[in-house]
Amino acid sequence: MTASGNPLLQIRNLQTEFRVSDAWHAAIQGIDLDVMRNETLAIVGESGSGKSVTALSILRLLPMSGARIARGRILFQDRDLVGLSEREMSGIRGDSIAMIFQEPMTSLNPTMRVGDQIAEAIVIHRGKSWGDARKEALRLLDEVKIPAAAKRMEDYPHEFSGGMRQRVMIAIALACRPKLLLADEPTTALDVTVQAQVLALLNELKTAHDMSVVFITHNLGVVAQIADRVAVMYAGEIVETASVGDLFANPVHPYTEALLRAMPRVDVSAELEPIPGSVPSISGRPEGCNFAPRCQMREPRCSRHPQLSALPGSPGRCARCLVRVDQEQAA
Amino acid sequence: MTSATMTSAPSRQPNALIQAFRRNKLSWLGLALLVFIVAIAVFAPLLSPYDPLAQDILHRLEPPSAAHWLGTDTYGRDVMSRLFYGARISLFIGFVAVLIAMTCGSAIGLLAGYFGGLFDQFVMGIVDVMLSFPTLLLGLMIAAMLGASLENLIVAIAITEMAPFARVARAPTISLKQRDFVEAGHALGFSHIRIMGVHILPNMVSDIVVVGSLWMATAIRTEASLSFIGLGVQPPTPTWGGMIREGFENILNSWWLTVFPSLAILITVLALNILGDALRDAIDPKMRSE
Amino acid sequence: MMRYFIRRLLLAIPTLLAMLTVVFVLVRLVPGDAAVAMLGDQASEANLAALRARLGLDQPLYVQYLGFIGDALRGDLGTSLVSGRPVLEEVANVLPYTLELTAAAMIIGTVFGLPLGVWAALRRNRWEDYFTRLLSLTGLSFPGFVSAILLLLAFAVYLRWLPVMSSASGDPLTHLRNLILPALNLGLIMMAYITRVTRSSMLNVLGEDYVRTARAKGVRPSRLVMRHALRNALVPIVTVVGLYFGTLIGNSVLTEIVFTRPGLGKLILGALNSRDYTLLQGLMIVFASFVILVNIITDLVYSLVDPRVSLSK
Repeated sequence: MTASGNPLLQIRNLQTEFRVSDAWHAAIQGIDLDVMRNETLAIVGESGSGKSVTALSILRLLPMSGARIARGRILFQDRDLVGLSEREMSGIRGDSIAMIFQEPMTSLNPTMRVGDQIAEAIVIHRGKSWGDARKEALRLLDEVKIPAAAKRMEDYPHEFSGGMRQRVMIAIALACRPKLLLADEPTTALDVTVQAQVLALLNELKTAHDMSVVFITHNLGVVAQIADRVAVMYAGEIVETASVGDLFANPVHPYTEALLRAMPRVDVSAELEPIPGSVPSISGRPEGCNFAPRCQMREPRCSRHPQLSALPGSPGRCARCLVRVDQEQAA
Repeated sequence: MTSATMTSAPSRQPNALIQAFRRNKLSWLGLALLVFIVAIAVFAPLLSPYDPLAQDILHRLEPPSAAHWLGTDTYGRDVMSRLFYGARISLFIGFVAVLIAMTCGSAIGLLAGYFGGLFDQFVMGIVDVMLSFPTLLLGLMIAAMLGASLENLIVAIAITEMAPFARVARAPTISLKQRDFVEAGHALGFSHIRIMGVHILPNMVSDIVVVGSLWMATAIRTEASLSFIGLGVQPPTPTWGGMIREGFENILNSWWLTVFPSLAILITVLALNILGDALRDAIDPKMRSE
Repeated sequence: MMRYFIRRLLLAIPTLLAMLTVVFVLVRLVPGDAAVAMLGDQASEANLAALRARLGLDQPLYVQYLGFIGDALRGDLGTSLVSGRPVLEEVANVLPYTLELTAAAMIIGTVFGLPLGVWAALRRNRWEDYFTRLLSLTGLSFPGFVSAILLLLAFAVYLRWLPVMSSASGDPLTHLRNLILPALNLGLIMMAYITRVTRSSMLNVLGEDYVRTARAKGVRPSRLVMRHALRNALVPIVTVVGLYFGTLIGNSVLTEIVFTRPGLGKLILGALNSRDYTLLQGLMIVFASFVILVNIITDLVYSLVDPRVSLSK
């Protein structure tokens, strides 16, 4: 199923920097990304690849001091989010763009009833009274399949299990029918069975509410289950984008290939191959290709930093590798 | 691998401590102030222009002047000299009292935490009761009962501060005694004393020292307060609290009698608090008991 | 709630008994003969004997102890040696003044301390923060009587805005005027403690995940700080306020002495000076009982503030 039409979100040349010992270093750079309507875009990478930073940058949720968006544009509904004031951003957060996070156990206010936490978003963005907002919150709790929702509305977060808390988070995020949902590893901290339930729920809600989802994960298995398109990140850059089928069937970037080889698979019996070496630190990135030190295919020309180049054939397919892009173009 | 390496607990590096301490700008101020005060106390005989006990009735109650920089009191004694000598008494009492409280209190806490069971419950029950007495009033009661003197004052203050140390020493003991190296020690047949002294105690020392510095500030405050009430070291020996007590009678006309000792107390306690804070931040930023 | 309160009261009884025992021991710390200590060594043997009989000092220790405990639990804290009135009556006479002072101090301390602490936390590591930290550290470095004397000198002696002596007064306006300096003294010190703990507690909370969630929801800064941050920062603040109570009592005694204000503090001073050991002992019991009560109330407040604390413990 392909999404069509104009992109819902367009990121161009985004660079976010963090201050490390009095010097600014780019956590992510040169990020170009489109999110189409109604699609699930997965952003995949190891820890330190910058995937969370990308999501936080979209909603401008970075820490107030020690972090900044150095350049780039984030276009959403004809506005550049980078240039908006904090006040204007508050209007967007939780309304047209929402986010859910990784740790359900600590992500809810322990002193506020769950129903109120959901209703709060509605009161803020829709101007409704608390009474009306709570009715809506009840409906949302039902929608995320919390049993005995009416009674559970009055409970506090510590009375819920991890999986249920994540559902509550989803209800909070969906309260104002956002067009875009950013999900930062929402199932990583959950048991596998609960994970499957939450993923299924997200899928259902996405279709029901005509929403796009940016799903951040390091788990390729999850990607295979839910994504329409995938963007692979390494050391702060996007190194490949492709539809999910293309990515698994025919990975282009050496890092993507290595990731797939390192993943245990049921269908193919093969040895697990870990990737030698480690991800460069934010202040220790090489001049040329970031992955070159660990890449089996590296050539002398890889000391020049590669751009994200479009690949012939499927639209929207690109990779950041001089060697492989040439190979693909030749084929 | 010797038994020592297998059973020794990791102890905190002194280097990291000193570095963290250095980074905190305020700690320098605290250290400077404290060194200043201690120097005054130590060199009091050299620095004092007059004998602190020497009376000069002709020049009583004189405001600060060239002859007496900080003025004279009701008996014509030089305020500055008395202030310098008073530093000796206050610092001495504070330091000794805290030292006693620290050793006894920590020992109690260590024993209680280590042996656990009924003994622990009983001891901590007493500690909790002691903690329910307001510090000053407890000190007041003890000093009143024993009679006001230097030794009794030290004992009184030490008793009021023992319970907090017991508390502070007990918590890490309980968590440390469950660690592997203690089990290993038991398995190797180490005596309780050895385990407590060699393996558990060194890991608590930094925590206790931090608490100690903060409680020394309290000790000096308590000593000053008790002296002000009249339960401190008796006149004519100069103590800061005692000087304020005497000066209070003349407060309407002779501000210098109360202001200078007040500032002395304030600066000393503040310096100790700053140092204690800085130490605590350096050792464990999460150890905020507040 | 009521059941919990009663249950906590009952649980406090062992602590109460232990406290009474400690007071019993303390009073008998007097080296030598208590009767001689009270009447002086020039007193006649007859007077000494009479005093000993009155105090029950001629009885075996365990009898004294049981009598003491029994009396205390019944509310009989003895009779003042000097005034002849029951200790409890003496206490009741001056208690309103002390309570009034304590309440005023707590109000000043929280009303000014909480916002200041929040403000410092929001401006972390900027000059406002450093300034506030230094200020509050200085505030709690003052012994209660030192700050009282400095306030007295500044506002009563030199500026003459407020009275030097704050005695009892029937006139409500004068009464209020007399309350200002003592309350300010206690209140400012309390404010120092509260500012400190509020700041550090807020800093902890502001880094929590649920604050990030609220921000991601579009919650505006004012509500973020109040409902999501401060509300959760309250538990350590309540703890500190509860722990501070002991110091507050000590400071209020000193304050009453400096400002010549009626209250339990003056009573203690009088008892000390006239060697009224019975009154002294009774006052100790009263104060310690207050602290125990405050601990119970603090627990109660916890359960109100933190939904995770269940009352059915």
